Order: sequence, then C-alpha cells, then structure tokens
Amino acid sequence: MTAPEARENHPLPRFRVGDRVQIDARDEAQHHRVPAYAKGQIGTIAKVCGEHEEPERIAFGTQHALRRLYRVRLHQTDLWPGYDGLSADTLDIDIFDHWLRPA
Amino acid sequence: MSHDHPHRHPPQVDHPEPTSHYEWLGVALNDLLIETGLYTADELREKITEVEAVEPSTHGARVVARAWVDEDYRARLLTDANTAVEELGSDSAATDLTVLENTPRIHNVVVCTLCSCYPRTLLGRPPTWYKSGAYRSRLVREPRTVLSEFGTMLPDDVQVRVHDSTAELRYLVLPLRPYGTDGWTEERLAELVTRDSMIGVTTASTP
Repeated sequence: MTAPEARENHPLPRFRVGDRVQIDARDEAQHHRVPAYAKGQIGTIAKVCGEHEEPERIAFGTQHALRRLYRVRLHQTDLWPGYDGLSADTLDIDIFDHWLRPA
Repeated sequence: MSHDHPHRHPPQVDHPEPTSHYEWLGVALNDLLIETGLYTADELREKITEVEAVEPSTHGARVVARAWVDEDYRARLLTDANTAVEELGSDSAATDLTVLENTPRIHNVVVCTLCSCYPRTLLGRPPTWYKSGAYRSRLVREPRTVLSEFGTMLPDDVQVRVHDSTAELRYLVLPLRPYGTDGWTEERLAELVTRDSMIGVTTASTP
C-alpha cells in the first residue's frame, strides 16, 4: 500500500465520546464504506479510533489521505421499524470523519 | 487468453458458475486484467493457493483463555489488543484489533455487512456462512433470530451489541468463561473457546 501523502484532518478529533452525530445520507456512485442502512442515522460516538486511510481514495488510487475514524453507536429500534428485540440493543459501526456531522 | 473456443474456464475447479450480474462483472474484469497483462492466470492461481493454505488458527483461543485466568492480561487485552496479542507471540500487526468483552448483561457479535472483514491472524479464514449474503444482511436486522439459529438463546435481560466491521478495525469477542471451569489450566480452557464464540454467534463450549 502506498504511504499516505496527505492529511486532511482537523488537528484534534472533531467529536468526543458521547457526542451525538448524524451519518451523512449522501449517495455516492463510487466505492465507499458506509452501508445504506446507516445513512442518515443519528447515534453517539462510542470511541475515537485513530486515523486511517480514506477508503474512497484507496479504491481509485488517487492521492491517499488519512481520515479520522469513529465508532458510532446506533440503536436498533431507530434502524429497523418493528425491531424485534430489546430497546437497549445497539449496533456499532465504524464511520470516517467526512461522513459525520454534529446532531 | 489463447483459447479460441467460446466457453469459459472457471478460475478454480471448485468455483461455482457465476449466477448474478455482479459475479459476472467480477469474472469479466478478471479476464480483462489477465488479457491486458496486469497479472497472469498462474499468478492468480498461486495467490488463491497461498490464501487457502492458511491453517486454522488457535491464537484467538489462547488469547481468550489467558484473559480468563489473568485479570491483568484481560485489562491489557481490552485496552490495547494488538500489544496484548503480541505478548503471546501472535502476529497482529496487519490489523488494528479491538476485543469486545461479553458480560452477563451484554452479548457482542461481529459482522461485516459490506464484505467479509475478519480477524484472520487470530481466527484463520472466515467460515463460508460469515461471507454469505444471508448472514451479512440478517445479523444487523434481526440479530436475536440469527443467534437463535446458531443455538444461542439470549435471556431477555441481555443486551445485544452488533458490530459492523466497515473500516480498518477488526473485532474479536471475548466470550464469558463457562461455569464449572474453576481451577482449569489455560490449555484446557482454550479447548472450550470455539471460533464461533469469538465471532459472537455462540457462547464458549460448556465442559
């Protein structure tokens, strides 16, 4: 893998554990790592997971960039209407900074 | 390729004939990359052989058994899994690993909805069902039903935490230590730690 050539992060994480965030609902024709069911969902930051290479750029071999990664905790009852389980059941998903906004 | 007859040769003898649009797209892309000389069919075959030759790993079970008998190790494993795994002589350098601790009130289970991300250094190659569309789509939507199909019946006071492995991180579940194993050696305990219990679809075996 090519070494990252650019850093497009804020110097410090934009979000902290417990912050409410919304995952962007934008549609992208090209490769990206946000599954459809998570788009537009609101959750809380469960962990700040360091910096990793942006998958969109890896896929197309353009200039690589480090992006901050977050573990976002969503509630199953928000994700699936009629969810058949506990209201406490959750789903953790790893989302890059450029797909998140404060909620 | 130098064939002048129209039928295709499958890339592996045991590979099923593609049935869906995207499977055919993958086959066509592969053919084109071979024709343009980016790699040869033999190189592809060698790579497949290399990937498939990976032995089922017992590292994961050793890590779990150590965490069951050593509280300090368990704490290190939960805060810095890569370093803790390397302590036992296992190579985890390729992936950023997180260990998810099951408790009497929280049950963790791992899926990769987008492909088949899996902690290979600790568990070896992923089982076929882990890569199946059914597991990947159903586990996020109806985890309790899927768990019950694996024989895992969770009490109503246990919360389910699904982890969708969508990025660079890999996840390993630390299952609960089974009752009736007081005083057991690490080696004996490790035999109770199944692959499926470290994915989270089952609990550890009971003695």
